[in-house]
Amino acid sequence: MRIYACVKQVPANNETRLDPVTGTLIREGSPGVLNPLDAYAVEQALRLKEQYGGEVSALSMGVPGVRDMLRRVVALGVDRGILLTDRAFAGSDTLATARVLAAAVNKCGMPDLVLCGRVASDGDTAQVGPMLAECLGIPHVSDVACIEEIARGEARVRRLGDRGYHSLRVRLPALFTVLKEICVPRLPSITGVLRGEKAAIAVWGRADLGSLEGGVGLKGSNTRVLRSHRPDLRVKTRAVAGARDLMDILREENLIAEDRVRGDI
Amino acid sequence: MGTYEGLQGIWVLCGVRDGQIDRVSRELLGEAERLGAVEGMKTTAVVLGREIPQIRGADHALVVQDDSLSVPEELRWTHELYHLVRRYRPQVLLLGANGFGRSLAPRLAARLGTGLTADCTALDMRDGLLVQTRPAFGGNLMADILCPDARPQMATVRPRVFRAPDWEAARPCEILREPPAGPDTLSRLVEITGFTPSGQDAAIGEADILVAVGQGIGSKENIAMAEKLAELMGGALAASRPLVDGGLVPYAHQVGQTGRTVAPRLYIACGISGAIQHLAGVAAEKVVAVNIDPDAPIMERANWAILGDCGAFLREMVDLYTTSPPSVLPDRHSK
Repeated sequence: MRIYACVKQVPANNETRLDPVTGTLIREGSPGVLNPLDAYAVEQALRLKEQYGGEVSALSMGVPGVRDMLRRVVALGVDRGILLTDRAFAGSDTLATARVLAAAVNKCGMPDLVLCGRVASDGDTAQVGPMLAECLGIPHVSDVACIEEIARGEARVRRLGDRGYHSLRVRLPALFTVLKEICVPRLPSITGVLRGEKAAIAVWGRADLGSLEGGVGLKGSNTRVLRSHRPDLRVKTRAVAGARDLMDILREENLIAEDRVRGDI
Repeated sequence: MGTYEGLQGIWVLCGVRDGQIDRVSRELLGEAERLGAVEGMKTTAVVLGREIPQIRGADHALVVQDDSLSVPEELRWTHELYHLVRRYRPQVLLLGANGFGRSLAPRLAARLGTGLTADCTALDMRDGLLVQTRPAFGGNLMADILCPDARPQMATVRPRVFRAPDWEAARPCEILREPPAGPDTLSRLVEITGFTPSGQDAAIGEADILVAVGQGIGSKENIAMAEKLAELMGGALAASRPLVDGGLVPYAHQVGQTGRTVAPRLYIACGISGAIQHLAGVAAEKVVAVNIDPDAPIMERANWAILGDCGAFLREMVDLYTTSPPSVLPDRHSK
């Protein structure tokens, strides 16, 4: 079984990434880490490899420094890391990013499974996974909580929907975005770390990826950031003595009574 | 048949729940009407399904009714919506940012080759363009996003950002029926074989009131008490990561960066310190913090702060709910 895990480098801390005066991003000085939820995609890929055999590749689009993050992913047991980096990719929105990832997947040949984390902690869109599946022309299932079985070119999975868990049968190849309840990520072993340090990470740019129909980078993105600002998260906090006083306040503020009575479901 | 022109305005993909247009869709229909009035655009409610509920609150309803559309499934919905969009070419398409919408919208946007903004918390119209405001970096940054050239301008919108208009007073709409495009090759590759409801208690994305528990909750009994209070208040139980990781509360209840983003009217945080990763998932109208630590970060983000023991607070709240005369307390079942 051939599996691709898509991973993203994100800032280690959302808080320190913003200039408190201008509200703009501070790119320097903040270490990058593997997006926390991508660790579950990597772990699930490794477990499937252990169970069914095959190989796992980790795929990431980002700045050249992401190579080090991919080494740390290889240290976990992933067979190879591929970094997609090029100035032409800068400013890509989610769809343009999906196009780059799709081109890389197609270059390597369609795998049986593509796994992504549910969402990245910085952009917080949860869009690249489904978009990548569409670019690849394969089905996707979002928010997968459990991969129960893979047999005869088909996966049985359980996904967390809005009101409960759906069981699904999906023909492979397919793309799943996974929840953190799917597994517990392992820590790298010492031999793994050594292997990661020595691993050759493939680095591909625009020219390595063929046509990229629809465009990439800022030019190939339909969405534009008009402006960004730092919201004022401060609130006026009032000290309350206890439950009884709180109930009076909640009633006054219409937070527990009339609103529900008005019939909003 | 209505005019094509009338269908080129703002579309809202409506979800159906318990035989009715669901709440987030109603909220979006209300907002679409406001946005439409700014630019003189008509609004269209788009409804797919086996049974079509009563539709109100838009100029038109575009309906695809078919036995094969009994259960929402992203690939099938993408196929149907793709054909509707290609045929009528709306300027704007809004979807609720629930699990289904967040999975369907990117698939559809990619097929249409248009821009999509996830999880918006505000919308506006400026010079004919939809200004889509969304949080990023765990709510530390708000971005206004445009989709200047491609159409439709697509956005998913968080539930409870907009107030649902009075449904009974909403205007009736002209119904236009479209034949189904039918299953395509892709949607045949996915089959939904079963459903296990997680129960009302886990519907944290939909609750008006969340009673949330964190590491400082103190005991299992206090968690049960919080759940009881949530039930009494007509809300749901939520939890921060440590309690979920510790196996004390199921994952479906987890709020925060690795759980869900919630936007209740009231968030009662019991024993939650307020780590940035947790607060990133809290978009509540009002926050109550109950904590024995006066320096816990949550105390600064709360509208009302109670310095004290969670167990005592929860017991007193439950007592107040169970002993007060019904005339004083709200009847959550009446309409």
